Amino acid sequence: MSETPTLPPIVAAIRESRRALARLLTRIENNAAAADLAALYPHGGKAHLIGVTGAPGTGKSSLVNSMAKAYRAEGKTVSILAVDPTSPFSGGAVLGDRIRMRDLHGDAGVFIRSMATRGNLGGIARTTADMIRALDAAAFDVILIETVGAGQSEVEIASAAHTTLVVEAPGLGDDVQAIKAGILEIADILVVNKADNPGVESTLRALRAMLDLGHRAERIMHHGQLMSVPAAAVVGEDEAWQTPIVQTVATNGTGIGGLLAKIAEHRAYLRESGVQTLRERASLNAEISERLRELLLARLIERVGVARLQALIERAILREIDPSSAAALLLAEGVQE
Amino acid sequence: MSERKIRVLVAKPGLDGHDRGAKVVARALRDAGMEVIYTGLRQTPEMIVEAALQEDVDVIGLSILSGAHMALVPRILELMQAHDLADVKLILGGIVPDEDITALQRMGVSGIFGPGSDTQAIVEHIRKVVPLE
Repeated sequence: MSETPTLPPIVAAIRESRRALARLLTRIENNAAAADLAALYPHGGKAHLIGVTGAPGTGKSSLVNSMAKAYRAEGKTVSILAVDPTSPFSGGAVLGDRIRMRDLHGDAGVFIRSMATRGNLGGIARTTADMIRALDAAAFDVILIETVGAGQSEVEIASAAHTTLVVEAPGLGDDVQAIKAGILEIADILVVNKADNPGVESTLRALRAMLDLGHRAERIMHHGQLMSVPAAAVVGEDEAWQTPIVQTVATNGTGIGGLLAKIAEHRAYLRESGVQTLRERASLNAEISERLRELLLARLIERVGVARLQALIERAILREIDPSSAAALLLAEGVQE
Repeated sequence: MSERKIRVLVAKPGLDGHDRGAKVVARALRDAGMEVIYTGLRQTPEMIVEAALQEDVDVIGLSILSGAHMALVPRILELMQAHDLADVKLILGGIVPDEDITALQRMGVSGIFGPGSDTQAIVEHIRKVVPLE
């Protein structure tokens, strides 16, 4: 335990006590943990972050359950962050993913946390990335992030995870669904779950056809913008990752070993190709810029006063000033003072 | 912006398979703006307390229709103590004979809601016993 004395108290606490970890996660979710997040950030970065997304009913929770069991058999510690939607009407939520994860009960090497989206539309919550950082600093080897049952555009998970699994199941959609843009493009690995169900052949055919149509994209920064570029442009034609299709039956464990092998391959690819660093740089750039935007906006509004903002909104309603000019005016006034 | 939500674990310990009541309550709590972690049927006391710890809930709601409450509730309270969850409130729904109610309240059960209870009464009870700082 040579590193123990150098650990900040919050990091030591969450590695020692599941209760402390659970409480920290609550503070993060309630946006009341800025100091803790700053302290634990240097102590993360070791876990492999695996996102699991896909339409409702494809078996994401059961797949996560089977994967966690398989990782435990390898001796790895696992935490699971399961995201479900918040009701837009009441602000409440029913989080039911634990129902399919009961096999993991009683294992001190597993930690499961359910969270609600709290109004965010991207398939995960605004605080999910910070929750992942806490679990990472708590020294779990693998962190599985299950998104809400996503349709076609809930793609935020791709920037929060290292390896993104998109789960499909037979009988849910036809070929046209499979070529729609969005969720399939973020797949590092495509999983066809419930592969013992009828119709699996046509699902596989549709997915293969879709993969043949498009080339893999990597998300990198270009001129300060987060962009998708063909993977070949980043790492060369031969080294680019080819999205594999893996068949599983989560409820009996079929195919899970093969899936874990593919995930390990993808992790090695990310490291050796340098894509991981590119992605990290891109997502940190986006996050720092976003935080800076929030801080600048808050500071500026504080300086010019909410009343001044309201007054300009009123003038814009009367069409005396357009929104862009109003923003430019506020900036000029705020910077001048 | 800090926004605290009340988190409630809804669980069905024991062997009876009737979860209609638990689901109705889960929905009512959701509609009252709470976050409900629903864990499903046939949960052991150990599973319930472990889930409550990981999920950092304010309240554990149990639905027991099997008549086993005088065995299950003390065991759950004991495990809650052992895991430093004494500040978590325990509420109970289902079929509880009148003669058991006082005993359960004395053990530390915060609220007991029998058949026919108004879900709004459960919501109000939770809002009353969970301090929102």
